Amino acid sequence: MANDLPPPYTAMSRHPMMPRVSHDEAARFNFLTHFNRYLSGTVGAGNRLAYEKRVLPAFRAEHGRDPEHRYEIRDAMNEDSWHRMWSALKRNSMEMRQHNGRQVVLRQLDELDAMARQFNEHSGMLALDPAIEQPDYQTCVDIHCQPGGYHGGEREGDVTVGANYDVGLFATTGGALGGLNDGGGQAVVGWIKAERPDWKPRRILDIGCTIGHNAVPIAQAFPDAEVIAIDTAAASLRYGAARAAALGVTNIRFVQASGEDLSRWTDGHFDWVQTTMFLHELSAKAMPRILAEANRVLAPGGLILHIEQPQYSDEMPLFEQFMRDWDAFNNNEPFWSAMHGQDLKEVMAKAGFPQDSQFVAGVRAVVDPAIFPPSPDAGEEDYGRAAIWNAYGAWKPLAKAQAA
Amino acid sequence: MSGELDWVALSGRRAKGKRPAFFDEPALDRLYSTVFALAAEVSALRERQDTIERLLDAKGTLRREDIEAYAPDRRAGEERGLATRAYIARIMRGFQQEVEAMEAHDPPIMDIVEKLTRE
Repeated sequence: MANDLPPPYTAMSRHPMMPRVSHDEAARFNFLTHFNRYLSGTVGAGNRLAYEKRVLPAFRAEHGRDPEHRYEIRDAMNEDSWHRMWSALKRNSMEMRQHNGRQVVLRQLDELDAMARQFNEHSGMLALDPAIEQPDYQTCVDIHCQPGGYHGGEREGDVTVGANYDVGLFATTGGALGGLNDGGGQAVVGWIKAERPDWKPRRILDIGCTIGHNAVPIAQAFPDAEVIAIDTAAASLRYGAARAAALGVTNIRFVQASGEDLSRWTDGHFDWVQTTMFLHELSAKAMPRILAEANRVLAPGGLILHIEQPQYSDEMPLFEQFMRDWDAFNNNEPFWSAMHGQDLKEVMAKAGFPQDSQFVAGVRAVVDPAIFPPSPDAGEEDYGRAAIWNAYGAWKPLAKAQAA
Repeated sequence: MSGELDWVALSGRRAKGKRPAFFDEPALDRLYSTVFALAAEVSALRERQDTIERLLDAKGTLRREDIEAYAPDRRAGEERGLATRAYIARIMRGFQQEVEAMEAHDPPIMDIVEKLTRE
């Protein structure tokens, strides 16, 4: 029984940039870690029961048919008392995670800001560009209900949002991303090492890197490669670059840039373009622009890989689609629903990646089993929180590029 | 401590984006936010007490900084994790039993009362 208990917060790996937590701050995160698992497990099951026992029969009685879209289920479920209670709990859990994390960070912000400045001055791994504008899709709401989103701050040049993101991700994911919250990046590395064990990419671009927790494992796994991690949000990059330096990583640079305009890099500059849980943070117009730019800067024979939750499809039950959509409407992820409804292979094809060069692979978070027992989600879905992802990728064709 | 900032006030800043109303009565939304923040605080208190007891067991004495620096080893971590799980199960009993009730689909108790009166 004990082997599916999440580890205590204090089991997380420490790095010098990680904000220090007091005894009670760690204990609050422990509560949230357990509470989030409880919400998705024991009582999360009530959503399906409420749907099957009450909501669906009532819908059929009223409309004389089954729901035809996940939004119809959403409208009906939002009237159901159980789903309302469960949603209120889940939203509060997210807000409490942000509040706890911000108390941790803000009470020691002077030290954190000073340390980040020191790391960044010495490492030279941070290149900010004040001319980069924050796109509307990053500022219209604060994503994940994190005050300040990825880009805001409490004062000029601070690291609040990056540090808060790092300090609380453990609780949000129920400890499923490992001691450095880098299970996603580790999963990518594990996948590529198995897929192409001899591949040696020289230049790697990570788009939408935030604090670099998924790009750093790639840089560590390919020490001879040069990794460029870009984001529009300076507030996240400041923390991310300092975090990478604190971890002793030297072959990564955090550059403030928009994925929509990669013009500073020439055609075919990179061997690998990576995004991790990023495409759903965009807008309908931005996503194809970014994919087209990614195609341009990717060398023939190179890899593009996107880690995301599975796309909605006709094969996926509407109820599951509705549950996966929860974050779009309740956790400030406004593009989540529309993005997952798209035929990503078609979108990728329009951006220049032929359908026959594309693939979809399943990847799982890789975490240290000595500290982190296996995720209880094995085989079970958590509708957006489990550390199980789909990788949408393509190997850019050689022949086509030569003909072009 | 950060000198310039009122970190207590700033830490509670709301996220930009209209918050969904989950209940028809706004007071109920507020009540949930208070009850579950309190639940988290009770959990933290219980953990602190456990830390104190473990430190006293091990050393027979206590220093404040020992409490702050305490990190459970794997066994203690599992014991505390199990205690937290049991605590959550207690405060969430009403929710968990409603899930069971949805599965069971019992008839209203008056139906049974009337049935037994007839039989």
